[in-house]
Amino acid sequence: MTHSNEFAARHIGPRAADIASMLGTLGYRSLDDFVDAVVPEQIRLRRALALPGGRTEADVLATMRELADKNHVFRSYIGMGYNNCFVPTVIQRNILENPGWYTAYTPYQAEIAQGRLEALLNFQTMVSDLTGLPIANASLLDEGTAAAEAMAMTLAVVKHGERPVYLIDDNCHPQTIACVKTRADARGVAVKVQSPASFAFGGDVAGCLLQYPATDGAVHDYRDLCDKAHAAGAIVTAATDLLALALLVPPGEWGADIAVGNSQRFGVPLGYGGPHAAFFATKDAYKRHIPGRIIGVSKDADGKPALRMALQTREQHIRRDKATSNVCTAQVLLAVIASMYAVYHGPDGIRQIALRVHGRANLLAKALRSLGHRVDHDNFFDTVSVTLDASKCDAVIAAATTKQINLRRLANDRITVALDETVSVVDVTDVVSCFAFGTTVKIIDDSDVATSSGTNPLHRTSAYLTHPVFHRHRSETEMLRYMRGLEAKDLSLTAAMIPLGSCTMKLNATTEMIPVSWPEFGAIHPFAPTDQTAGYQEMFRRLEADLCEITGFAAVSLQPNAGSQGEFAGLLAIRAYHQSRGDAHRDVCLIPISAHGTNPASAVMAGMRVVVIASDDKGNINVADLHAKAVEHKADLAALMVTYPSTHGVFEGSIKEICAIVHQYGGQVYMDGANMNAQVGLCRPGDIGADVCHLNLHKTFCIPHGGGGPGMGPIGVGAHLALFLPNHPVIDLGHAKSSGTISAGPWGSPSILPISWIYIQLMGAEGLTDATKIAILSANYIAKRLAGQYELLYAGAHGLIAHECILDTRVFKTSCGIEVEDIAKRLIDFGFHPPTVSFPVPGTLMVEPTESEPKAELDRFVNALLAIREEIRAVENGSAPREGNVLKRAPHTLEQVVANDWDRPYTREQAAFPDPVLRERKAWPTVARIDNSFGDRNLVCTCPPLSDYL
Amino acid sequence: MNIPEELKYSDEHEWLAADGKVGITAFAVEQIGDIVFVELPAVGTKVAAGKAFGVIESVKAVSELFAPASGTVVMVNDALKDSPETVASDCYGAGWLVRIEPSGSNAALKDAAGYRAMIASR
Repeated sequence: MTHSNEFAARHIGPRAADIASMLGTLGYRSLDDFVDAVVPEQIRLRRALALPGGRTEADVLATMRELADKNHVFRSYIGMGYNNCFVPTVIQRNILENPGWYTAYTPYQAEIAQGRLEALLNFQTMVSDLTGLPIANASLLDEGTAAAEAMAMTLAVVKHGERPVYLIDDNCHPQTIACVKTRADARGVAVKVQSPASFAFGGDVAGCLLQYPATDGAVHDYRDLCDKAHAAGAIVTAATDLLALALLVPPGEWGADIAVGNSQRFGVPLGYGGPHAAFFATKDAYKRHIPGRIIGVSKDADGKPALRMALQTREQHIRRDKATSNVCTAQVLLAVIASMYAVYHGPDGIRQIALRVHGRANLLAKALRSLGHRVDHDNFFDTVSVTLDASKCDAVIAAATTKQINLRRLANDRITVALDETVSVVDVTDVVSCFAFGTTVKIIDDSDVATSSGTNPLHRTSAYLTHPVFHRHRSETEMLRYMRGLEAKDLSLTAAMIPLGSCTMKLNATTEMIPVSWPEFGAIHPFAPTDQTAGYQEMFRRLEADLCEITGFAAVSLQPNAGSQGEFAGLLAIRAYHQSRGDAHRDVCLIPISAHGTNPASAVMAGMRVVVIASDDKGNINVADLHAKAVEHKADLAALMVTYPSTHGVFEGSIKEICAIVHQYGGQVYMDGANMNAQVGLCRPGDIGADVCHLNLHKTFCIPHGGGGPGMGPIGVGAHLALFLPNHPVIDLGHAKSSGTISAGPWGSPSILPISWIYIQLMGAEGLTDATKIAILSANYIAKRLAGQYELLYAGAHGLIAHECILDTRVFKTSCGIEVEDIAKRLIDFGFHPPTVSFPVPGTLMVEPTESEPKAELDRFVNALLAIREEIRAVENGSAPREGNVLKRAPHTLEQVVANDWDRPYTREQAAFPDPVLRERKAWPTVARIDNSFGDRNLVCTCPPLSDYL
Repeated sequence: MNIPEELKYSDEHEWLAADGKVGITAFAVEQIGDIVFVELPAVGTKVAAGKAFGVIESVKAVSELFAPASGTVVMVNDALKDSPETVASDCYGAGWLVRIEPSGSNAALKDAAGYRAMIASR
């Protein structure tokens, strides 16, 4: 293989000579012969992708610069849950732009993730303090979906009848209402959008959603409403704003059961809609129902406090079709940034920012009143609402546009102005002048902080951010060292390969990341008029077109913010399609038993019934069982959800037949694109027979995992489904028969889309295809080199696999009591992130090397596993004890191996330096093996007192 | 494996004692792993044979608890709130879950020999 361009040769790890050698190991003469043996001929794309050739990094960056110049950064006072902010530069450089943070994966291996786990615990503590609710999770995808999750949790914990009712405050953000309605419709929940004053509890009302402060800026007192709701057994959710809560009585103190919202204004760029971290907090009584990921405090093998994801088994991982939520990916990187903003400013700084914003809003309101305008509310935080004649509204908006200011036209006769921490008195003056109609207005800055909100009944008196972590890092030196210190505790791609199966931890090239922090991509409000965002619009069109060519589909929706949301969006499109044909009764979703738990959870969310399809002994879909169940349910068959290559990492030869059977009986095929990295350029979901497929841009298309998010899960669909793609209530996306709104932002998380599009342009058709080939080659190379020592659980034709392999480690439990966990933790001692543990098959390891890892790293990994095999053999033959051996006590911390006492049946050297290379380069775990059960029994999800660490 | 003779067993690995106490079997404990949480119904709740009445959660899995017989819950083992691990350490004794007042026949349940044969055939 010759790399046609320089970038592809940098993205792909193995050199030409390495590739020849790897092929030799596998017994193939050429890469094409090898790929022909792996990928079934009947699904092969026997032409090059119709994409341009690869381009240089400088060239593509120049293109991005041109696009950026077509975006116009206005001062944006639109609000609606998105507010401009100052990103502290020390955080921007050391977290947002730092691969040590952004290339890490979800902290499944807590011993090498204590840094970001601590940052996430800080996030939970911050959210819990500010909302006044004791349990918070470590982020959801956006405020709209967080509110939808709150509704789903409400239904899970409240007794209700067949057709429950959910009330929504008509003064909520419109995108939030749309997301909740979409979710409610699919579940058969009746939604009533009305003024809270007319909420009637009782009957079938399960709960309600309020916005605090409201979307028009008003701050209302909901204490009586909460009493009424609780008396009727209903649950109250408040969508809220963390900065406002620095001054206002928090929802937890006025009776709300759940608080959700967007933490974006805590130091995260607007990004034209995302990514941002949404938060979710609730009462202690509901802690085991909270959706998403929760960080909890436990202890390690030495009894020291240690953090890890708590309650990992809840929801979709195990509950599958009984789950109330399908959410997996969080927004870790953005939650970390928001938490660091609180660490950086501390409670006093946050309060000062809130007072300044509120002071400017007061100043604005006063000036508008002095002009004779009617300001709608006396109680507001940062958003001033003005009612005036429609014709005057037109004139104000026009004047603002001339000054490059975006205001919000709330109604024909109402305008709101939402201020933020970046707003100066000059900015306020400029806004006021838009309302002045020629009159001269003199603004005197008397936004005296002391006068703010003192007499307001909703004036906050309780303390927040009291933990020492929010007080200790006032100087930039301390702040820098705190962030760097946490980073040093974690293993990211900057240290070693992360061979997590099903996660595709490939290179996130620097050039791909560069435009993310350009203001022309970062500083734009999601609801800015589209004539200000021509560069973004052009990029969306071109990226969509490229993804259509890669997948063989007719249309793409960029809206879903994660694979799980893509699944929900895709299934809703299928549902809407059936309804449009008079087939509303089609509600059976066939799902193979080997599917990721998110699949059945999504199907239930989309209002479908799950019917499970059996696997054969090779792990493939049992075609006879599929056929039988398709026939049995032919009258009401809606869809099949299938992952390809399979979750077992195999190209199933029968996939076309499977799709044909489903179509024959009236169903649609949903393909889970988690494994798209084995398909690009070699075959296409649309050609295979899929009607919908989601793409994890954070896997195949290089968006970094951010330590557990952001993600992006756009869906591609066939032409017959294009009309049913998601729409948006604020920005019309033009899908005539849309199935609803999936994300708060019209295009999900636009500021990270340049990453994927740059990758596609840099690689070109040939480079993308080569990447797929090498990803498959690398996985097979690892499997071949381990053959005889580790058993490969499943393989396809010619004993070959796709881009990942499952190692069956269950035999060692039988032979000598060594469990998969022991092997995984021992790999940490070798400086590696372990592969995926116990998915999709309990007790096994799934390895996915990706194309980006050089052969030397693949060999180092294989050698580590072979060395571990010898350590297992020592236990098997009795030369090492069954208990307390080097595997059972892994991983080993520096503190352990330098301790004066050493009574273990192996040497310190074997513990810490089993491979001589480690003397030069070693990533140490900072805690010993963590006790998960202890933490789950004693759930602590906020920062513990420092004395616990002494 | 310990399968007491005096108990009746459901196909979902719950046991029912003559006094109406309900628990999970040693086989279930082995399958579930480290138990961290048990969610049980309130006294007075009506349960139906074969239907879920609670949830048991381990580090590895969340499983539903299925009633071995229909009836009304008359007593709940509140001690499990603080020490759910008792279910694993003493599943036929202190780790009982609820006590029900059966309202119908439990003829569908297996005796110890029948249950032993069922798990042996797995």
